[in-house]
Amino acid sequence: MVDVSQASASAPVSARALEGPSGPIPRRTFSRRNIFLYGTLFVVCVYYAIPLYVMVVTSLKGMPEIRMGNIFSPPMEITFAPWVKAWSQACTGLKCEGLSVGFWNSVRITVPSVIISIAIASVNGYALANWRFKGANVFFTILIFGAFIPYQVMLYPIVIMLREIGLYGDLAGLVIVHSIFGMPILTLLFRNYFTSLPEELFKAARVDGAGFWGIYFRIMLPMSIPIFTVATILQVTGIWNDFLFGVVYTGPEAYPMTVALNNIVNSTQGVIEYNVNMAATILTGLVPLSIYFVSGRLFVRGIAAGAVKG
Amino acid sequence: MENTSVSIKALDLNFGSVQVLRNLNLDIGDGEFLVLLGSSGCGKSTLLNCIAGLLEVSGGQIFIKDRNVTWEQPSERGIGMVFQSYALYPQMTVRGNLSFGLKNARLPKDEIASKIARAAEILQIEPLLDRKPAALSGGQRQRVAIGRALVREVDVFLFDEPLSNLDAKLRADLRVEIKRLHNQLENTMIYVTHDQIEAMTLADRIAIMKDGLIQQLADPHEIYNKPVNKYVAGFIGSPTMNFLNGQVLGDSFTTGDLTMPLKSYDFSEDGAAGGPAWLGVRPEHVFIGHLVDEQPVTAEITVELFEPMGSDTLIYTTLAGQDFHFRVDGQEVVHIGDKIRIGFDPARCSLFDHASEKRM
Repeated sequence: MVDVSQASASAPVSARALEGPSGPIPRRTFSRRNIFLYGTLFVVCVYYAIPLYVMVVTSLKGMPEIRMGNIFSPPMEITFAPWVKAWSQACTGLKCEGLSVGFWNSVRITVPSVIISIAIASVNGYALANWRFKGANVFFTILIFGAFIPYQVMLYPIVIMLREIGLYGDLAGLVIVHSIFGMPILTLLFRNYFTSLPEELFKAARVDGAGFWGIYFRIMLPMSIPIFTVATILQVTGIWNDFLFGVVYTGPEAYPMTVALNNIVNSTQGVIEYNVNMAATILTGLVPLSIYFVSGRLFVRGIAAGAVKG
Repeated sequence: MENTSVSIKALDLNFGSVQVLRNLNLDIGDGEFLVLLGSSGCGKSTLLNCIAGLLEVSGGQIFIKDRNVTWEQPSERGIGMVFQSYALYPQMTVRGNLSFGLKNARLPKDEIASKIARAAEILQIEPLLDRKPAALSGGQRQRVAIGRALVREVDVFLFDEPLSNLDAKLRADLRVEIKRLHNQLENTMIYVTHDQIEAMTLADRIAIMKDGLIQQLADPHEIYNKPVNKYVAGFIGSPTMNFLNGQVLGDSFTTGDLTMPLKSYDFSEDGAAGGPAWLGVRPEHVFIGHLVDEQPVTAEITVELFEPMGSDTLIYTTLAGQDFHFRVDGQEVVHIGDKIRIGFDPARCSLFDHASEKRM
């Protein structure tokens, strides 16, 4: 025994250990693999970033400068006038009040739609995942099926339904439509998330005497912040970016921002003000963009928490 | 049994067309520690969930403290439950976890506080009360989970494999602790496990289940020494029992070239008296050395394989043309190919009818 321990500590053994490969595998920074990998990434980045760059640059130029035609060159004189005009003066059809009206309309549509749809869908998902009631599977199958029906099929029937209940052309009508159309995918999302939570927690809460709402609010909700974030992002971007429902179910007074943007860009009288159009477009995209920036990390965490699987 | 605490009458449970529990009857005494033992899928956890009220039964009745609770909510049954995965509410502190059930029962604040203080003292988790479950070790979490059942001062504790997620050493520690807790509280406890050591050490009585039926309900001593059928005999005991295939003819058992007298064997009254049979020999009931001469049955075997385990050594061999293994003291020096004389006593063996596998 003594001999063995001495031998392992002595010099010849450690010298032998240094012969041949040892430690981490050496890697070259400029290997063919790395050049290819980072080269591809760079090209793809540029491909996506250049349009944004052109938009920002153009929106900061005056019209004379734009007419010179160098769309890639940075502005010689930075001006914010196009932004101001896009926000408050640009003409959308007959009125010239800019995007601001559309912006506030969109806020009034998005906020209640997001809250209503998530509130209902999360309870749906919770009931489907934890309180197995008779016909739960049938209900769930119908809901999933609903997620795959093209919206266009339902456009006109919904127009009639809204007209009958007197909400056609009203913001409230659009809020209802958005809430209903968000239901299949959101319910699926919440159901899968709640299913992934340990069932024993639910059982323990039942033994502890909590009821349907007690378990939902005090056990499930606090554990579901990631999935609520995911649902909020999905709904805010989806509803904010919606054009079809907005243009079909609301009148000119209640047009959301996307429709207002379309009307500015497509207005045919006079000169086409590229800088105003660019500024208006960026302004419209700003809300979903900032949502991603603020909650992107939570979004990834929510997805990774098993939210969107099976 | 003087007082029954939990009584299960003709219980059926089906999942769709699958029968999980069939006409199950079970009476559990007041203050008894009953272990439901079986391999996975035998229905033991299902039975526990039925008692807890977490599963709706398809037929039959459940009484707790002479009250029919078949249709009652889990919280109204006077039970506390401890789960394998602890099932602590992750967003609440330990105190929050303990008080959740009491708050749902709308107890006054000072009463909640005093109950938590008492439970925390019994389980020695006072320093942990303001921590979140994520900041606890596995053993501490399981203590809190037990505490959650403890604060509700229930009549019946239900344990669903509470120690299966812990490492071997902690499991042994907590096992002792649960036993101590039972001695201290004198509550009825129903404990589900697949670990026979837990079952043997903790139970007043063990119910061995297979395919939704209780195979044998008896105290650990009886289960170990007089298993009612071959399944129970093979399930209990580690290393497992040897089974020798042979014939019972009159007062002797013959297997291969080995014949042994059965005069000392205690035949059961309702079992078969002869015919093809299995002889079950526990590896720890086989003797070597100077003890062999005292045994009614002796044979010489060749060591084919051995497993030294420190305290014991397990020897694998062939007896009467069939696989056979037995336990010797860990200090014995054995080599593969050694010839050893062994002996055992048929009185300590078990005979099972070949066809029905019931005890003879």
